[in-house]
Amino acid sequence: MNGNNTPPKGFDPKNMPKNLDPKKAPKGFDPKNIPQGAPAVLRDKKGNPIVVQSKYAQKPGARRPMRRGGPPGRPGMPGEKAKDFKGSLKRSIVYIGKFKWALLLVAVLCVLSSIANIFSPRVQGLAINVIDRAFRTGTLDTAALLRWILVLGAIYVASSLFSFIQQWTAIGVSQRLVRTMRSDVDAKLSKLPLKYFDQNTHGEILSRVTNDIDNVSNTLQQSMTQIISSVITLVGVLAMMLTISWILTLVVLCITPFYILVVYVIAPKSQRYFVGQQAALGDINGHVEEMFTGHKIVQAYGREDESIEEFDEINDRYYTYSVSAQFISGMIMPISRMLGNTGYVLVCVIGGMLVSNGMLPGIGEIQSFTQYVRQFNQPIQQTSSIANTLQSTIASAERIFEILDQVEEPADIPNAITIERPQGAVKFEHVRFGYTEDNVLMEDMSIDVHPGETIAIVGPTGAGKTTLVNLLMRFYDVNGSRTVTVDGSSYPVSGGEVKINGTVYKVKDGAVNIAGRSYPVEGGGITVDGVDIRDMPRSNLRSMFGMVLQDTWLFRGSIRDNIAYGRPDATDEQIVAASRAARADHFIRTLPDGYNTEINEEASNISQGQRQLLTIARAFLADPEILILDEATSSVDTRTEVLIQTAMNELMKNRTSFVIAHRLSTIRGADLILVMNHGTIVEQGTHESLLAANGFYADLWQSQFTAAHISEEDQERM
Amino acid sequence: MRLILHKLKPYRLLVFLTLVLLFASAMFELYLPSLMSDIVNKGIGATNAAGEVVGDTGTIIRIGAYMLLTSLLVSLTDFGANYVAARSSMGFGRDLRGDVFRKVSSYSLHEVDKFGTSSLITRTTNDVGQVQMMLSFGLRMMVNMPLNLIGGIIMAVTKAPSLAWIVAIAMPLLALVVVLNIKVTTPLFKVMQTKLDTLNRVLREKLSGMRVIRAFNNVDRERKRFDDANYDLTETSLKAMHRMTLMQPLNMLIFNGAALAVLWFGGWRAAEGNISAGDLMAFTQYLMQILMSVMMASMMFTMIPRAMVSINRIGAVLEENPSIDDPAKPISPSEKIHGKVTFDHVTFRYPGAENAVLEDITFTADPGETVAIIGSTGSGKSTLINLIPRFYDVAEGSVKVDGVDVRDMRKNDLRGRIGYIPQKALLFTGSISENIRYGKPDATDEEVRDAARIAQALDFIEAMPEGFDSMLAQDATNVSGGQKQRISIARALVRRPEIYIFDDSFSALDFKTDAALREALRPVSRESTVLIVAQRVSTVMSADRILVLDEGKLVGIGKHSELMESCQVYREIVASQLKEEDIA
Repeated sequence: MNGNNTPPKGFDPKNMPKNLDPKKAPKGFDPKNIPQGAPAVLRDKKGNPIVVQSKYAQKPGARRPMRRGGPPGRPGMPGEKAKDFKGSLKRSIVYIGKFKWALLLVAVLCVLSSIANIFSPRVQGLAINVIDRAFRTGTLDTAALLRWILVLGAIYVASSLFSFIQQWTAIGVSQRLVRTMRSDVDAKLSKLPLKYFDQNTHGEILSRVTNDIDNVSNTLQQSMTQIISSVITLVGVLAMMLTISWILTLVVLCITPFYILVVYVIAPKSQRYFVGQQAALGDINGHVEEMFTGHKIVQAYGREDESIEEFDEINDRYYTYSVSAQFISGMIMPISRMLGNTGYVLVCVIGGMLVSNGMLPGIGEIQSFTQYVRQFNQPIQQTSSIANTLQSTIASAERIFEILDQVEEPADIPNAITIERPQGAVKFEHVRFGYTEDNVLMEDMSIDVHPGETIAIVGPTGAGKTTLVNLLMRFYDVNGSRTVTVDGSSYPVSGGEVKINGTVYKVKDGAVNIAGRSYPVEGGGITVDGVDIRDMPRSNLRSMFGMVLQDTWLFRGSIRDNIAYGRPDATDEQIVAASRAARADHFIRTLPDGYNTEINEEASNISQGQRQLLTIARAFLADPEILILDEATSSVDTRTEVLIQTAMNELMKNRTSFVIAHRLSTIRGADLILVMNHGTIVEQGTHESLLAANGFYADLWQSQFTAAHISEEDQERM
Repeated sequence: MRLILHKLKPYRLLVFLTLVLLFASAMFELYLPSLMSDIVNKGIGATNAAGEVVGDTGTIIRIGAYMLLTSLLVSLTDFGANYVAARSSMGFGRDLRGDVFRKVSSYSLHEVDKFGTSSLITRTTNDVGQVQMMLSFGLRMMVNMPLNLIGGIIMAVTKAPSLAWIVAIAMPLLALVVVLNIKVTTPLFKVMQTKLDTLNRVLREKLSGMRVIRAFNNVDRERKRFDDANYDLTETSLKAMHRMTLMQPLNMLIFNGAALAVLWFGGWRAAEGNISAGDLMAFTQYLMQILMSVMMASMMFTMIPRAMVSINRIGAVLEENPSIDDPAKPISPSEKIHGKVTFDHVTFRYPGAENAVLEDITFTADPGETVAIIGSTGSGKSTLINLIPRFYDVAEGSVKVDGVDVRDMRKNDLRGRIGYIPQKALLFTGSISENIRYGKPDATDEEVRDAARIAQALDFIEAMPEGFDSMLAQDATNVSGGQKQRISIARALVRRPEIYIFDDSFSALDFKTDAALREALRPVSRESTVLIVAQRVSTVMSADRILVLDEGKLVGIGKHSELMESCQVYREIVASQLKEEDIA
């Protein structure tokens, strides 16, 4: 009784659209199927070929939608290939190994429900035969009908139950896997050196944690069972058909090659157009975003017409591609329906003749076959997308493994030295550093900072002042290590000790005393209170430092939590005291919820200057021995700027301070000025000595006045 | 909805054709099960005079040919419908998108502020996409659903009137289950989405604050924050998805239960001679068709509200008219004056705002003069200069350029005289030379180079591997902030405008570059008017005239030395930037 367009008997909930997102691609289009780098040659009205190429080339991660089930701008572009498919596949299998029992259950249940689905048309046919006989004879064999109906009911119940438990379990597995993966990646991220974050865009990392992991879990949840049920159905249905009639089976098999043709010829063709459509859509979005963001500039320079012209061109290209894509992909449905109907008619015709000749028991068998035509050819349609899904999943998994494989920051050394009462003496001893080996920024830098001194760092913007921060806080390690050379071989110094032939010698005053002879320690490093920072636990080192940078970092949460970030156990009194010292208390109290005011993500509810005051309060509360300050106060209004300056001066009292200085007072008053340019320290000394040297610093200093012409007279008035 | 109908007008023929073809396709489709039951009844089940089933091969082949023909017709009409539907819905989407884009392009800053840039972007891209999708989906649904439903019911009832009650029970039951399912799971999926946003936010914060987190030794705390969000999201997703899975056996129960009922009761009717096996098969097929339609319809109805929201959002954009337009009778300024800017008792307030942003501002800037504007944040500096290119219109008084009220000039005529450099350098995807040429499309290579030289951009541009042909990525992420600003300045310089407007454009530059740039600018701008908004005193000190703004009022005007004598606000600003100790 079943045929063309109706759902098969064992109505399969998997076929039901799960997500009613109207943004979803039209049916027949699976974005995962898009082959990569296959530009379709499409011609515009004038017959010129239109090349699929996106002007707004996607930078990895930059424009990917960060949402589940998003439109086809998917993880790592559709159909992306894994670099090492086999290796990554093996690893993925190992990774999901801990869920092996649950996955086995899913597989077994999937097999069972597929088998149940294979039997149901057969039993239906048998019931139909009973009914057919009843119609002809006028008497119903109630027992037989009841028997078949009960069997059929049992099959339905079993199939529903199996597929229900199977889906329930699959969801549980995939969600837990996602959680584990996210957690693993996050744990890894917290161990990676800063270098990794400086070299990879945030968008790229985010995309791996969200989109790629989602991709893997979706495959696990849906595609895996799809593969199993396809295979089982294919084999099972074939066997079932053969038991009924080999002639009809041959008829069904005759249709199959046409299905394959449709799936493997038309579908890829339409996918090419979908690639073009996607690229054009990306261009539309890019152009709209850019033009609307730059609206003011477009108008100021009177370029509205050009902008519209370009938009129309892209919009037309989108139209041309999408009409072709829709049309060709839309052909798949009618054609396969046509094939289905043909198979159906052939089964009816030939089956009918067989029944007439007595070669087939009854019309029930024909009925069963009409359903098997469908069931048999459906998996074939699915195989084409499975291969692509698998490819893109493994590519996603590979990108996740890439993070998990990154080299971690070296762990703290086992015999690390903790400084209990830090003083804040900082020494650079023959420091050599470069972000890469072939671009050394510091060749042999030595400075000696006593507790409480102020070091000003000056230089043009982008001179690499953050490098110093990176080194002091050990976000990056200096190049080379300390060694002691004894009898021509060198031994590494670690934790203030050196191990030579099994004996541990202590380093004292930069040398090791072995058998009455003193061997000097070679190589450079940074020390705090005499201890090489590589010999300290990172947490101990970093707790001595306080940072107030121009790029203020606040997280979503209350002002109180943000201030207490460095000391979560701080009391309210301490928080208020720190805010007072930071001159932030007043403005905090003017906010609607005072200290409980939530800072939103962009922290747009408080001004840039106020944000800076909050980070100063944070530093006050943490009470560090050494400070790293960025004085720049651009885009801060005058009143707040005065507050920030006062607060910073207050904070610097009795602390060793490294100040990225913009103010004349700080620069002049500094105990040492480091002049940086192009990422390296070009000069160092006091204000007077540097002026006397008449070098880069003197030049820089003068430039502040040439244009301004501050007269002595002016200065006196202030 | 009126909007949609209006925009559909050019496509009415195509839409009509689509409807006709879809109608035909659905009708042919409905005919198929009936033909199939004929094959069974009249062909296979043909009896001889003695009442034995002998089958009638001729009939089978004849009806089979009909069926093939019908299914061919179904496919052909489907092809056609598919093509015209694609043409009309995509064409409609293209037109609508173009209209929205054109409209927004004509907006003044006032309308842009009103909607917000990101909202305008979403409306032009996502919302139009939604409506387009609904149209292509809706066209099909509008025809298929009622036809399948009504046609299916009619056919089912005629085939087996005694079983019609099964349809009557299963139909509402299924609708109820589907709607219930959507009602229960949709809010859960919404919650899931916000939890996902939270997780992403935590991760984003973590990435941007990596240095601070490590500096404060808070790695473990952040790990926990992420794990909490992660756990929370997983629990919610599990709940939502499990809920949905729970509903599915119910759907299956209805479909399969109905099928079983048909067999059981059909058996009895068959024994009474009321229904043949062929009719029963056809009936089941119609029943499934009806139930599928019901399911689709229930889903469709939950989609409509969402599309309506999009339609309204697009409608709002299209109905908004730009507040600033070209005058009916534009006046061109005389050729003799070049770059004179006059503010005559100008007051400006944002629409609906109580307080004026600018109040009674009067001053004149003459060609060859450099006029600087200083004041604290919110004093109205940027607003003031935004009035010159007519980004906004004054509320009272007038702004004149070369003696003509800016409202009496053609916008392009006015803006063509101005080189505007915004606070935040906005560059476009493309090469550096394309970006500089944005100011003057027909500029020669020499002019572009010269503009870059004055803007202090030549050195770094030439240091780039491809020089002026180097491509800027979107948002120009591959050059630094200061470099972006210098390109943006070169873009204005290449025009050699009568009026330069620097809206705090120097703050991204260091002192040295700032000074060098202004030095190089001097000979070029000798004949032009230069207006500079600045925060730094050192930037404005050398100006011919300094305007001091405080809360929208002009509180001082004059040279640096004069203002140091007369203007308290100016002294305060200078004092805050050059502390007393600096003098010592």
